[in-house]
Amino acid sequence: MLLIDCPWCGPRAEVEFRYGGQAHIAYPEDPAALTDQEWADFLFMRDNPKGEFHERWFHTAGCRRWFDVVRDTATYVLRPDPEHDA
Amino acid sequence: MDPTDTARPDRYWRAAEPKPSYEAVVVGGGGHGLATAYELAARHGITDVAVLEKGWLAGGNMARNTTIIRSNYLWDESAAIYEHALKLWEGLEEELGTELQFSQRGVMNLSHDVGDVRASKRRLHANRLNGIDAEWLEPDDIVEICPIVNISPDLRYPVLGATFQRRGGTARHDKVAWGYATGADRLGVDIVEHCEVTGFDLDGGRVHGVETTRGTIHAEKVALVAAGHTSALTDMVGLRLPLQSHPLQALVSVLLEPVIDTVVMSNKVHVYVSQADKGELVMGAGIDPYIGYGQRGSFHVIEHQMAAAVELFPIFAHAKLLRTWGGIVDVSPDASPILGLTPIDGLFLNCGWGTGGFKATPASGAVFAATIARDEPHPLARPYALERFTTGALIDEHGAAAVAH
Repeated sequence: MLLIDCPWCGPRAEVEFRYGGQAHIAYPEDPAALTDQEWADFLFMRDNPKGEFHERWFHTAGCRRWFDVVRDTATYVLRPDPEHDA
Repeated sequence: MDPTDTARPDRYWRAAEPKPSYEAVVVGGGGHGLATAYELAARHGITDVAVLEKGWLAGGNMARNTTIIRSNYLWDESAAIYEHALKLWEGLEEELGTELQFSQRGVMNLSHDVGDVRASKRRLHANRLNGIDAEWLEPDDIVEICPIVNISPDLRYPVLGATFQRRGGTARHDKVAWGYATGADRLGVDIVEHCEVTGFDLDGGRVHGVETTRGTIHAEKVALVAAGHTSALTDMVGLRLPLQSHPLQALVSVLLEPVIDTVVMSNKVHVYVSQADKGELVMGAGIDPYIGYGQRGSFHVIEHQMAAAVELFPIFAHAKLLRTWGGIVDVSPDASPILGLTPIDGLFLNCGWGTGGFKATPASGAVFAATIARDEPHPLARPYALERFTTGALIDEHGAAAVAH
């Protein structure tokens, strides 16, 4: 089980959180202007690295706030996301 | 022991040295890759084929699945490909000339609330309209087939009924892999283990071969069948895929006398179980929600699945856990596979089977081999093209996938 360091509540067990996928995916500024391909990219295409990954977590059972971490998907080591934008 | 020393009794397959060139290269020596190579050789006369496996043959998800076979999916596209697989399973022992412990012991999917019952019956009727056997079981029918299911109305999620596919069942996964490998080898296919693809030879929008840890291999047709590691390969050619790789765990109990001779699945309380011929209870549940390449999973997933199992099958409280393991599954946004051509000429893709690839093995190999041989999608593969994520023609099978993700 992961030990996840919530920026507001401190380290807690993984079961207190909900996973939110890749971080830093901005909603399109002008969705109607996107081509079908660009819309598909926004909706469905995500990085899937074996290594460091910027991802979002939601502290469901705690402060109920979103935050970002960098997690290595091979070693499962987590560190705070320097680009944290939650 | 030298890891490249793959000497083994010749009643199986040769430990092939990679040749500098093949007509086609299959990347991934799991069930789907081996079935693809076998079908290329047996059905399409393409015998100048190598299967490249970075580890040992069928040591990834093929060695780690829960061996369940069924075709009770909701949508027509899924029914077509999974039922094609089931029909091939029914003749596979004869086809490969080997015993696979294929056992049509039936697969039961339990329903635990009114919404569950409605969704299950909808799927049952869809199955029947597609010519797939499907029965509805009331709780009394369930315990007649599987007496150890707890149908007490006092359960947190009482058992209200189940769909039952009698033609569903299990097969011994290792034997399936070995059967395909032996069959492909007999037809001239080179099975090259401990050979990892490290790059691609691309020129003018088409592929000409692969770089590997055992040298450069030329091929005008390169087929990627690497399950959870597919995006690691496509990243090398700049092809972005809608895939996320997650650990999916399974576990077995110690050997017990026979207590269950069917397969029981519950998507709602989330456990599925069958009993191996040797006696282990084979159980699985959900994936870890996050991307992970560690072939292990979170322990709370096991706790959750054990709680569900013991409530549904009180007798399991006496069982002891023998071992757990995890495979890496490649999950697509609609829980359906991606199968077909790519924007790169000569490069073919078979991935995204997520949590349920084993049951599809024979059809996956058959339609993928046809696609590779003819350079156009097999009719059963056509709906599974990568383009569906742009056109929006998704095949949403989260409900029939039976694993929450």
